[in-house]
Amino acid sequence: MSSLVRNARVVRALGMRSIRQTFRRPQLIAPIIVFPTLLLAIQTGGAAAAVELPGFPPVQSFLQFMLAGAMMQSLMLAGNSGGIALAVDIEMGFTDRLFSAPIPRFAIVLGRLAGTAALGLFGALWFLAIGLIFGATIESGVPGALLAIVLVTAAAMAVGGIGAAIALRTGSASVVQGLFPLVLVVLFLSSAFFPQELMIEPAKTIAEYNPLSLVVEGIREPMISGIDAADTLYAVLAILGIVALGLVLSARALRHRLRVG
Amino acid sequence: MPAIVVEGLERAFDEVLAVQGIDIAVDEGEIYGFLGPNGAGKTTTVRMLTTLLLPTGGRATVAGHDVTSEARAVRASIGVALQEAALDPLMTGRELIRLQATLQGLPPAAGRQRADALLERVDLVAAADRRVGGYSGGMKRRLDLAAALVHEPRVLFLDEPTTGLDPVSRKTIWEEVRALNDDGTTVFLTTQYLEEADQLADNVGIIDSGRIVAEGTPEALKAEIGDPHIQLQLAAGSVAEAERILAPIGKLLPPKDGRKVLVEVENGAADIPRVVRALDDAGIAVESLELVKPTLDDVFVEKTGYHLEEESEEGAEAAVEA
Repeated sequence: MSSLVRNARVVRALGMRSIRQTFRRPQLIAPIIVFPTLLLAIQTGGAAAAVELPGFPPVQSFLQFMLAGAMMQSLMLAGNSGGIALAVDIEMGFTDRLFSAPIPRFAIVLGRLAGTAALGLFGALWFLAIGLIFGATIESGVPGALLAIVLVTAAAMAVGGIGAAIALRTGSASVVQGLFPLVLVVLFLSSAFFPQELMIEPAKTIAEYNPLSLVVEGIREPMISGIDAADTLYAVLAILGIVALGLVLSARALRHRLRVG
Repeated sequence: MPAIVVEGLERAFDEVLAVQGIDIAVDEGEIYGFLGPNGAGKTTTVRMLTTLLLPTGGRATVAGHDVTSEARAVRASIGVALQEAALDPLMTGRELIRLQATLQGLPPAAGRQRADALLERVDLVAAADRRVGGYSGGMKRRLDLAAALVHEPRVLFLDEPTTGLDPVSRKTIWEEVRALNDDGTTVFLTTQYLEEADQLADNVGIIDSGRIVAEGTPEALKAEIGDPHIQLQLAAGSVAEAERILAPIGKLLPPKDGRKVLVEVENGAADIPRVVRALDDAGIAVESLELVKPTLDDVFVEKTGYHLEEESEEGAEAAVEA
């Protein structure tokens, strides 16, 4: 068996374990689906008139606008939950089982990220279904929906890389869990829940430079208007940037873990 | 070829030298008992030998591969069951062994077959599809052992495999370790139980404060200690006074508890009347008396100045209190 096939099987097996773990531990699935769904319901129920504000982008409904934000929140929390699960593995010694097996160490992180990506995919499908059930339309049709799904899945994996790096560096589930509010703050300081044009300073400038804004616009555009090559490119570049950061931090954290045990 | 060779192995954590230049040689097919109290450096040594921790000095080879430069080859040759069985409580026993088979590179069909065979071997077939979180301590240890055997490793590391288990579960693990060794597997067994090392190990290394203080077969180590000792439980009278009276008869050993006196005697049972008479003349009543032949505990006391099991019990009590 070639090492590529063997490593792919390891990543798949660890990814499957990661997904099963999430669905068997309610405290991991709740942030990914329940919280963003509740927030979406509250925001669309209470602030639907926001679409009438001058400068608000032309949309079919506030729900249509908010779907990308809910997906973004879900994928960010999927990344955070993945980090928590990895930290729990470290705390209970399960990673020792993985580290003492003859597999490349990056496969351990990739396995976790494969699980996080699958949860991102699940979140994307969930919120698309919610949107369609409650009357939102996807302006660019099936291709736009597919593009949004791919971007959400890739972004979940990218954000999961940061969560994994923090888990590997600290080895503490409570530290990773403590980042939960920070995730929300970073998200609120992007255009996930409100158009950047209507924000006031300094939030507007922060949102402009926040790479999450690029990702969320890449997801939102196919839903509210149509596929825009530039928006898609910026979203992909932002995701790649987050992936690169996650890879560098994870590699350093893995070396650190081996050094300190 | 030796299965494990350790030369001057060291591990420092900041200013603390947890393992201080130890040397070990374990032959193929041997059970090596690595004995020591909590915090002696046993687990740190095992973590270095299983490539989970980089040494800060010295070198070690396992199954002929260097643990630092050929870590992956080492990992392909070893099975590891670490202290506090590293199991995911949300997985089922069958899922865990199948995952381990995948990690060890077994093809899917072979992995499934091997998992079924191992579950049967450790008597977990009935519980195979239940989540590990609901297993008893003994079942978890057996599952951990089965997972470590999935690829039929040449060298098996067992880090305190019976700590916290009841006597029946402990005996089951011992039988399994013996059976594995009979099949030719080299076993590196860390333990804080003297009886475990005595029962299972071909050779024993005693580690204390990061240094190996004694090494050899259990019989040779006990023979080094030499004479048996008489253990006296006093019914009345001062322990200090009894020790003063018995000092000329034999070497006094550190007592295991406050009402006991331990005195090493040259002539074994022949010295018992002399001891009893001396205490009787001084008016010290003896509740019980026992002639004890040297044990690994005596070896431990000789080398370190304190009792291992007393230390272990204190450690366990501290852990419970914490």
